[in-house]
Amino acid sequence: MQTAVSQTSPPKKSFLYDPKVRGAFYQVVLVAAIIFLFYIAATNAIDNLQRAKIASGFGFLNNTAGFDISQTLIRFSAAGGTYGDAFIVGLLNTLVVSAIGIFFTTFLGFLIGIARLSKNWMVAKVAMVYVETLRNIPLLVQLLFWYIAVLGALPQPRNSLEMGAGFYLNARGLFMARPLWGTNIGLLVAALVIGLVGTFIYRRWAKQQQEQTGRQYPVGKVTLALVLGLPILTWIILALIGANPITFELPRKGTFNLTGGMQVLPEFVALLLGLVTYTAAFIAEVVRAGILAVSKGQTEAAGSLGLTPGQTLRLVVIPQAMRVIIPPLTSQYLNLTKNSSLAVAIGYPDLVQVFMGTVLNQTGQAIEVVVITMGVYLTISLLTSFIMNVYNRRVAIVER
Amino acid sequence: MSTAVDFPHFVRANQVEALPPPNLARGPIAWIRENLFSGVWNTLLTLVVFYLLYISVPPLLKFLVIDAVWTGTDRAACRADTGGSEAGACWAFIWDKLNYFIYGSYTISERWRVNIFFALLAIGVVWLLWLKAPRRDLGAVYFFWVFPVVSYILLTGGNESFSGRFWIGFLIFGALVISLFAFLAALLKTSIRPALILGGGIVAVIGITLALVDLDFGLAHVPTSLWGGVLVTLLVATVGIVVSLPFGIVLALGRRSKLPIVRMASVIFIEFVRGVPLITVLIMANTMLPLFLPGDMTVDRLLRPLIGTALFASAYMAEVVRGGLQAMPKGQYEGAMSLGLNYPQMMSLIILPQALRIVIPGIVNTFIGLFKDTSLVAIVGIFDLVKTIEASRIDPAWAAPTIGITGYAFAALFYFVFCFSMSRYSLGVERRLAAGQKR
Repeated sequence: MQTAVSQTSPPKKSFLYDPKVRGAFYQVVLVAAIIFLFYIAATNAIDNLQRAKIASGFGFLNNTAGFDISQTLIRFSAAGGTYGDAFIVGLLNTLVVSAIGIFFTTFLGFLIGIARLSKNWMVAKVAMVYVETLRNIPLLVQLLFWYIAVLGALPQPRNSLEMGAGFYLNARGLFMARPLWGTNIGLLVAALVIGLVGTFIYRRWAKQQQEQTGRQYPVGKVTLALVLGLPILTWIILALIGANPITFELPRKGTFNLTGGMQVLPEFVALLLGLVTYTAAFIAEVVRAGILAVSKGQTEAAGSLGLTPGQTLRLVVIPQAMRVIIPPLTSQYLNLTKNSSLAVAIGYPDLVQVFMGTVLNQTGQAIEVVVITMGVYLTISLLTSFIMNVYNRRVAIVER
Repeated sequence: MSTAVDFPHFVRANQVEALPPPNLARGPIAWIRENLFSGVWNTLLTLVVFYLLYISVPPLLKFLVIDAVWTGTDRAACRADTGGSEAGACWAFIWDKLNYFIYGSYTISERWRVNIFFALLAIGVVWLLWLKAPRRDLGAVYFFWVFPVVSYILLTGGNESFSGRFWIGFLIFGALVISLFAFLAALLKTSIRPALILGGGIVAVIGITLALVDLDFGLAHVPTSLWGGVLVTLLVATVGIVVSLPFGIVLALGRRSKLPIVRMASVIFIEFVRGVPLITVLIMANTMLPLFLPGDMTVDRLLRPLIGTALFASAYMAEVVRGGLQAMPKGQYEGAMSLGLNYPQMMSLIILPQALRIVIPGIVNTFIGLFKDTSLVAIVGIFDLVKTIEASRIDPAWAAPTIGITGYAFAALFYFVFCFSMSRYSLGVERRLAAGQKR
């Protein structure tokens, strides 16, 4: 039986209306535009470089640098160091200030973030004022403030401030004791390794025991004893039998200067202070948001199970808050690393100051220098976000 | 028979002491006891905070207000040895240099033009940010077209005097654009009228802009090398927002596009810019931009960091807008498509108006970051507020130990007032938008 459904084929369309054709057309136009832009830029650049008689290529990295750098973690001298060495010196300086900064800012940020949620009105308000003030003033102004206004007001070396324990502070920076590694340092390292391995084994055993019998063992205290106590005990014993593995070289006060010991540049101190206090304000907000994201029912449920407030925090709230905290926390760490490039404003020899500043000015090879410097920061960023994605996949709530 | 399980750790053996009755007392003393001294630990915390405040706030107040020098004409007033006992912050220095901090070296007789620029900027910002303002669509036209053109003429003096050949070239270009639109309309067998109106509109906007810039309004030319202070700070921020918002929207749409090459190009640009520090982008704009242009073309020294910050802000803006696009429920897209709207119509009439509205707080927060980042142009030698303070600080007429700290305190105050009020605004909008979601 014939139904009334008509079997007419759809009306013939022009291929111009095919989304695929249109998509391909737009993309071809885009690619052509990009290639055209790059072509123009490249031909102009080659033209300009030839006219200015600037060499190109990465050969300059092997040329002698001929300038000194105030803080070097590897051996570097104006006479012998190449531009490539200067690059490594700058990179290491950036990494050092970032690593130390991340360490301190995490502490300060968590402290202030938790303080903002404190039931104590005074503590919460002071933390709020800290966050709002530091967040709303540009980092550059803060760095200049620390460098010129605070550290510039420090006394000359002859009137150094003595802070005890071998610490001296003056306009040339912070002086402190330099540790000298003795021959027995291996024993100390061995003690630390044994402590770490012991902790690992003990923790597994304690977890197994708890799952089987419900009995809880003091994991925290034992960890502390093994990781910190064992090396310290070894150190004390070694010191008592006269084979001290670490001795300290204290800075000595001369008439005009301090000699010996370890010197930390004022630029480094200013940069570190600025980065740590500034980033801590952002981390505090991240931490606060993370803790608030754990719903109140979780705390109440933990309480009704009979967990103490300490256990609730440690076993219920923090593990869930960390899931929310870690991704933005990482991006704050990245921000700190990127912001360390502001060192150029106060003269701390970081990657940008050494490489994009001095080396770029001396060689004039702008393209190579900019590509290398940006490549470094880009690598750090992409690497971090890759690790972050892996971590996220691990801790994400498994949903159906 | 024993059903008891050996669970000694989960069973409470003896009765717990009853809690004391709740404290029903009211009034300030009860509040203080509740919030500050409700236990040993809490009391200790309060005391520590009080001590911290005691060692930090009085010296700060003493320096900034009590011991501060408010009047004076040179360094004598602010030095401890000549001006009196302990000298605090030297506000007289700020007062003396205030015009320099606001206008830089902008020609003194022409500074009224800068004031009008500030006023126009304020009108545009209020028009766009005040959610109840009338005709906010006109506000957008004002902020993204009228205001930039008028500001350009006001600040530089306009009067570019394009040659006759330039205008002939523009006429040919305009004719080409209009005929291209007409040709496309004919090819797609749609009506030619809207295509002509669209093409004509684009050509007209560009033409009017060029004509305005070309006209001689009798304003003296002020070279950008004289601009400085708050003017440059606000200018960099304004150019950043005017460019980054449209460009960021385009990048966000590109990143959400179904076309693989478009998506990849957007992702590469966004992730590249977000992965490097702004200062490297600024140095790149400063050193590499002149290399990429033909040898006889130069880029204005102020324009280079403007381009750098605008590109930088666009990448961050794109991510904010993408957040808004992703928050749109799929039904909105499907609804638009089932009504027969094409991609530009769907985006401009249905998706973007809603998506942009929910990301206003994010846009404002990006703008706060951009505003703080404008201070970085000082590093590449542009005389923004920070750089003018740097330059005044070493003025021998004002050589005194407190000058540096006073200058930075002023800069901090300036940035704080702007950023703090913007963040309050963003919080307010957030709360208002959230009100609709609450049940």
